[in-house]
Amino acid sequence: MTHSLHGRLDDVTGDAGYADHPKRKGFFTDTSVCIGCKACEVACKEWNQVPDDGFELTGMSYDNTQALGASTWRHVAFVEKPVHPTTADLGLPGMGPPGFGTHESGLPQAAPAGEDQATASGDGALRWLMSSDVCKHCTHAACLDVCPTGSLFRTEFGTVVVQPDICNGCGYCVPACPYGVIDLRKEDGRAFKCTLCYDRLKEGQTPACAQACPTESIQFGDVDELRQRADARLAELHDRGVDVARLYGRDPEDGVGGDGAFFLLLDEPEVYGLPPDPVVTTRDIGSIWKHVGAAAATLVGIGVVSFAGRRR
Amino acid sequence: MVPQADFESYYGQQIIKTPTWKTPDVPLYLFLGGMAGASAVLAEGAALTGNRTLERTTRLVAASGAGLGTVFLVHDLGRPMRFLNMLRVFKVTSPLSVGSFILAPFASLASAAAASQVTGRLPRLGRLAGVGAAVFGPPLVTYTAALLGNTAVPAWHEAHRELPFVFAGSGACAAGGMAMLLIPAAGNPPARQMAIAGAGVELVATELLKRRLGMLAEPYEQGRSGRLMKTATRITATAAVISTIGRRSRAVSAGCGAAYLVASAMTRFGVFEAGLASARDPKYTVVPQRERLAARRAGTAAGEAHDHASHEQTGLDQVTETAAT
Amino acid sequence: MAEAHPVGFQWVMEAKRRGATIIHVDPRFTRTSAVADLHVPIRAGSDIAFLGGLVNHVLSNDLDFREYVVPYTNAAAIIDERFLDTEDLDGFFSGFDTERGHYDPESWQYDGTEAAPAAGQRDPAQDTGPHGSSPDGGDSKDLHESAASESHGSGGPPVEGKPPRDETLQHPRCVYQILKRHFARYTPEMVQEVCGIAPEQFRQVADALTHNSGRERTTAFCYAVGWTHHSVGSQMIRTASILQTLLGNIGRPGGGIMALRGHASIQGSTDIPTLFNILPGYLPMPHAAQHQDLDSYVEGDAGKTGFWGNMRAYAVSLLKSYWGDAATAGNDFCFDYLPRLTGDHSTYNTVKGQIEGRSKGYFLVGENPAVGSANGKMQRLGMANLDWLVVRDLQMIESATFWKDGPEIATGELVTEEIGTEVFFMPAASHVEKAGSFTQTQRMLQWRDKAVEPPGDARSELQFYYELGQRIREKLKDSTDEMDRPLLDLTWDYPTEGPLHEPDGHAVLREINGTGPDGRALSAYTQLEDDGSTSCGCWIYCGVYADEVNQARRRKPHWEQDYVASEWGWVWPANRRILYNRASAAPDGTPWSERKRYMWWDAEQHTWAGSDVVDFIADRPPDHVPDEGATGPDAIGGQDPFIMQTDGKAWLYAPLGVADGPLPTHYEPPESPIHNPLYRQQNNPSRRKLDHPANPINPSYSEVFPYVFTTYRLTEHHTAGAMSRTLPYLTELQPEPFCEVSRRLAEERGLTHGDWVTIVTARTAIEARVLVTDRMRSLRLGDRFVEHVGLPYHWGPNGLTTGDSPNDLVNVTMDPNVYIQDKVGTCDIRPGRRPRGPALTSYVEDYRRRAGVDTADPTNGRTEG
Ligand SMILES: Nc1nc2c(c(=O)[nH]1)N[C@H]1C(S)=C(S)[C@@H](COP(=O)(O)OP(=O)(O)OC[C@H]3O[C@@H](n4cnc5c(=O)[nH]c(N)nc54)[C@H](O)[C@@H]3O)O[C@H]1N2
Ligand SMILES: Nc1nc2c(c(=O)[nH]1)N[C@H]1C(S)=C(S)[C@@H](COP(=O)(O)OP(=O)(O)OC[C@H]3O[C@@H](n4cnc5c(=O)[nH]c(N)nc54)[C@H](O)[C@@H]3O)O[C@H]1N2
Ligand code: SF4
Ligand code: SF4
Ligand code: SF4
Ligand code: SF4
Ligand code: SF4
Ligand SMILES: [Mo]
Repeated sequence: MTHSLHGRLDDVTGDAGYADHPKRKGFFTDTSVCIGCKACEVACKEWNQVPDDGFELTGMSYDNTQALGASTWRHVAFVEKPVHPTTADLGLPGMGPPGFGTHESGLPQAAPAGEDQATASGDGALRWLMSSDVCKHCTHAACLDVCPTGSLFRTEFGTVVVQPDICNGCGYCVPACPYGVIDLRKEDGRAFKCTLCYDRLKEGQTPACAQACPTESIQFGDVDELRQRADARLAELHDRGVDVARLYGRDPEDGVGGDGAFFLLLDEPEVYGLPPDPVVTTRDIGSIWKHVGAAAATLVGIGVVSFAGRRR
Repeated sequence: MVPQADFESYYGQQIIKTPTWKTPDVPLYLFLGGMAGASAVLAEGAALTGNRTLERTTRLVAASGAGLGTVFLVHDLGRPMRFLNMLRVFKVTSPLSVGSFILAPFASLASAAAASQVTGRLPRLGRLAGVGAAVFGPPLVTYTAALLGNTAVPAWHEAHRELPFVFAGSGACAAGGMAMLLIPAAGNPPARQMAIAGAGVELVATELLKRRLGMLAEPYEQGRSGRLMKTATRITATAAVISTIGRRSRAVSAGCGAAYLVASAMTRFGVFEAGLASARDPKYTVVPQRERLAARRAGTAAGEAHDHASHEQTGLDQVTETAAT
Repeated sequence: MAEAHPVGFQWVMEAKRRGATIIHVDPRFTRTSAVADLHVPIRAGSDIAFLGGLVNHVLSNDLDFREYVVPYTNAAAIIDERFLDTEDLDGFFSGFDTERGHYDPESWQYDGTEAAPAAGQRDPAQDTGPHGSSPDGGDSKDLHESAASESHGSGGPPVEGKPPRDETLQHPRCVYQILKRHFARYTPEMVQEVCGIAPEQFRQVADALTHNSGRERTTAFCYAVGWTHHSVGSQMIRTASILQTLLGNIGRPGGGIMALRGHASIQGSTDIPTLFNILPGYLPMPHAAQHQDLDSYVEGDAGKTGFWGNMRAYAVSLLKSYWGDAATAGNDFCFDYLPRLTGDHSTYNTVKGQIEGRSKGYFLVGENPAVGSANGKMQRLGMANLDWLVVRDLQMIESATFWKDGPEIATGELVTEEIGTEVFFMPAASHVEKAGSFTQTQRMLQWRDKAVEPPGDARSELQFYYELGQRIREKLKDSTDEMDRPLLDLTWDYPTEGPLHEPDGHAVLREINGTGPDGRALSAYTQLEDDGSTSCGCWIYCGVYADEVNQARRRKPHWEQDYVASEWGWVWPANRRILYNRASAAPDGTPWSERKRYMWWDAEQHTWAGSDVVDFIADRPPDHVPDEGATGPDAIGGQDPFIMQTDGKAWLYAPLGVADGPLPTHYEPPESPIHNPLYRQQNNPSRRKLDHPANPINPSYSEVFPYVFTTYRLTEHHTAGAMSRTLPYLTELQPEPFCEVSRRLAEERGLTHGDWVTIVTARTAIEARVLVTDRMRSLRLGDRFVEHVGLPYHWGPNGLTTGDSPNDLVNVTMDPNVYIQDKVGTCDIRPGRRPRGPALTSYVEDYRRRAGVDTADPTNGRTEG
């Protein structure tokens, strides 16, 4: 089997050695309609029997699970951001949201269409961004590339899955993932992450998280089609003046060759705890080995130098 | 100092995960592997030049270093009983996989060579094993840099060019230092020379690393990891100077050897911890990536859409992954 | 809505996707606000002023939907000249009885009509003794206390005859003009002073609302307990109804006022009530003093306009379903067997009765009042004073363990060894372990099948009560005591099924649906007779088993039918999806607009057409004028869409049936930091108080309790918590009790994000961690700020996550119509944890002393104003 390490790759499943395979499956998570209900987090745990992740009030808005990890395969982030920073003295005249216009339908427009997840509120405005994060099922998945046991593998659906019976807990996948997704479960020692509900996919079912999402923030389907849907949604939001909307992980030319699970965001990725320009580490593997080789040669050189002139 | 960059984060939470590799297991493994690998080189040189004391000592150091290192490595696994699963596959994209296929033969060969050396049995085979260990030795010393470099940990990944040289030098210091510590001054000139040369390589490589990394050099210069690195550098430099001057005294030699050893271990701990520190602070993930994006956008704007221009393209577009079983 | 009804909220998101504007009015910026177009922060408890401001905006700018308002509402009706408004009496309507604390609605009537209160409404002739003196007497206060206004759940209270009308709406005593005068002072400036909403933002809402109403467009209101849980809760919803009616948003697709109900079948539990004052189908519970026989019981309603005119048929059919063959015309269909009301038997009054030793036994079935009910201490004191307590629940809840781990044990106010209550805990089968129907918000019954058998000893409620009944009947079988006849004569035989011999839920539903003389299931309540030939357990549910098919179990997907989806589940009454849908057409029977076409008059077929079941007499043409003196459904005119109201009109003004006035009026909550800016009268004068030393009220505008607190839900937890605090997957999502405050309040009191704080009222003090967040707004009222402390109320001492229960802070003061508690109050908040043990009691005592709270006369603080 051979597989490519970076750049655009249109048939990731075929590249992994599957001759005949279903279309690549993935998620388009449209955070602009997420209501932060966390049904996805709970559904994932219920279905996959993932243990709880500890009970700790973090003070991070309504987010008490903090990040993806071995026991949190879906994670809903809550970002609180004033749009106009509230002035210390609220006695100042309020900064009202803009006035009304007329809708193109000719009917009077009811109210200014607020940005999704950004609401005029009182004498200021606030954004409470919610976003459900998950393993990206990268086209070029560093976790899979570095796994020394073959425990991580590419499924026929183009997704990236850990085989718990093979994983030896070496932990290499953990720092390899540019998104900080996969992690070792302490009590267990092995690595865990979203399987994109491999078991459900094999039965032709929708992943548990997507099934539970009430607002269709999580959309499951063929990656090709999801990309089109995402483009259309982005265009729609841009038309409505929601300029902050952007797609994340959709671009097959990006540092990981595009994500199988990608997002529509309303702010910079790092605001949600996502890396702004992730790159699969193995893109540099050639350079790495080259330097390792050169350094090894240098060491040989040092050896030679050390014995220089000491012939028997 | 790089000016503090403005950046946003999610409640200051880190973006990538902190490596789960344990301290001291992994840095010790890095150190022991380095010492063992370079010792095998030293041993083979000694064999070639007929330095029996040196050969005997370094063979033992190589074998026990590899053995002990393996123990630490296995101990670090979440499921140590499944250590052998690493030999199921061979993956060039996984330095840990490659490393297993270096460490396993190295450990076997070094042990065989040492056993033969100690028992006096099968000397020819023992020697052959020694040659083998010397072949696997240098890669054993430097592959660990790939192990760290081939991650998303900013301070490691961005250092992937220099780290192998740091480790090569540091391994040489450790091997040389160990031999200096164990062998009377008369028998250890090659060891001393290796240590001095190693120190030179390490110091230069470390300096280059810090210069090139810019903001990402911070973890190598600040905090606990920075202190470790600085102390290691100072000790190495001092030991190099003293061992260059005071070559006759057994005590001075042994002292220098010990210093090399300590410094080498500290370097490994320092590099290791620098990585952890860079993983924990989101700025090391965000700021360089932002700069990269900005540079790319600027590049694109200027019409020179040279994507990933700052990155070397690997010649290894196609990498073979073979099932070993 | 996104927080507590996330699944229903998908349709709001869908509407938004299609261009709807979402406005969220809430003291706090919530998950709903996050996806709304506009969030309007409002001071808790001030919604009548805000909605009243909108009514005023509509009326003073002539923005009402006049073509709808004149024919379909009582805007044109002329009111008795004796009626005096709160504008005239500085916060009172005419007819207030200061001594008894309630209104006599006589002066509120339509001009020239007789006030003829229906069952449970009439003022009985025998008005004996003072309030509370005789638990079984016919005291008018007691009668009033039987919450009779709620007994009109599906219809208006009856008024005799049709009122004189002035269709030009100019008559000074017509409803329209009264309304205009009543709300004239609810100006944007007043709204700001009362609610803390800036005029500019008020304007935005007003414009959005009015622009989005009329022929072409409709606006919907959704509310839940942010409106209901107030001493003026019913009137908050009345204000919204007035607004929606003026704008023509009732009975039309995309319009309406949607009560988002709570517990899964809470709608069902009012239809087939768990309430003390009504019988199935909103038939009033007979009153001991008034209703000696069936005739006097139905008298007030029989012979009136609309479908309530057939009340006798519904009552007789109900009695037949209870007592079967034993119920005959000769014995008044066993009407005597029905229990009678003697006064207020609502939950909070019952608890007071327990504390005072008048109530000795208690069934708690699926509720956890030790945590879930206002003033938790009273609940626990009551339960600690019982002979026996039966708790049926899924979990070992605080209400079953209060005797060993309740907060009063810690303070020493209760001592375990001294509590004589014998507690029986019975494990209950959960909703997936039993079959049955849920009735949701939209009045839709949906059947669910059993997924698994209940574990261990857990059993369904159906089986429990069925068996309990059987055992009691077995014990009484030889009794000759007349008192036992009602039990022995009950129809109490259902087929059982499955390994646990559970009664068959289908048989129960079929009994509720009712059967005709041939023993076959009926298909519509119009088939019910008053001669004993039909039997029906709940007239409004008649038809749910039509054609011997469980219609509630229909699950035809929406993509296989039109958008009304009438083949999914079954909606009472008559599987009608939109009530009063005759109003979706103009008076002449044509749709108001093509866009909003729903039901219309098809002259050719001589019938009302459309996808839904028309809420009208199907073949009654729009131009029909009823004969003089017609009664019942015959009296409904072709332009009377509100057929459950006795005059066929939507009531902008309620001449009867609302305990605290014919029009909504802003009063301050029982605990408030400010003086009522509108009237000298501070509080709702007819609010229901619960005088008890354990229920002291914070004085209004007290410096000691300067902040408003309000309680609410988190998506991650469920009500009193037993169903979420016990589950690790939900616990980890909200693992500790917390409160939320603004930055300004945090600064004022020195509160640090994430730290412990103590919140104090005259009842007690609790501790929680504090989130300091921009989502909590400082509201500017005139020249001052009002700060809120937000308190999710889910916590208690048991479960995986435990903590002080916010309900221990809440006082009991009730809405006089439905006896619901208030969810807001005033408090103090301080950094640090609360004192432990007896020190807590003295800590709170000190607060009470400083605030001048009189526990001997607890509600007589500075509350009246
Ligand atoms: N996840 C979850 N869902 C639930 C429940 C649950 O416990 N958890 N409970 C169910 C039940 S039993 C019910 S009754 C429903 C209740 O559903 P909701 O009524 O939606 O529930 P609450 O959160 O209590 O109150 C709603 C909002 O009212 C606001 N509020 C408080 N005071 C006022 C006020 O004076 N005016 C206005 N305008 N707003 C105010 C609060 O800030 C809160 O955001 O939810 C049901 N659904
Ligand atoms: N301060 C404040 N107080 C409030 C409110 C508020 O907004 N603020 N909201 C009020 C409202 S709207 C409500 S509805 C109440 C809710 O208050 P409660 O009804 O007292 O609280 P729940 O936790 O919903 O209690 C339901 C119990 O039923 C059990 N249960 C679930 N299913 C079954 C079953 O099938 N059979 C049996 N036997 N038991 C079952 C659950 O385990 C749980 O313990 O709280 C009220 N209290
Ligand atoms: S996001 Fe991380 S864990 Fe998921 S496939 Fe990519 S590299 Fe692997
Ligand atoms: S921890 Fe498991 S899955 Fe991760 S790289 Fe190691 S063996 Fe593979
Ligand atoms: S796809 Fe399955 S495993 Fe992955 S987050 Fe969703 S529910 Fe969990
Ligand atoms: S993604 Fe969907 S299920 Fe998850 S929190 Fe958002 S709305 Fe809820
Ligand atoms: S718990 Fe049930 S009723 Fe409540 S929102 Fe979820 S699905 Fe709907
Ligand atoms: Mo409720």
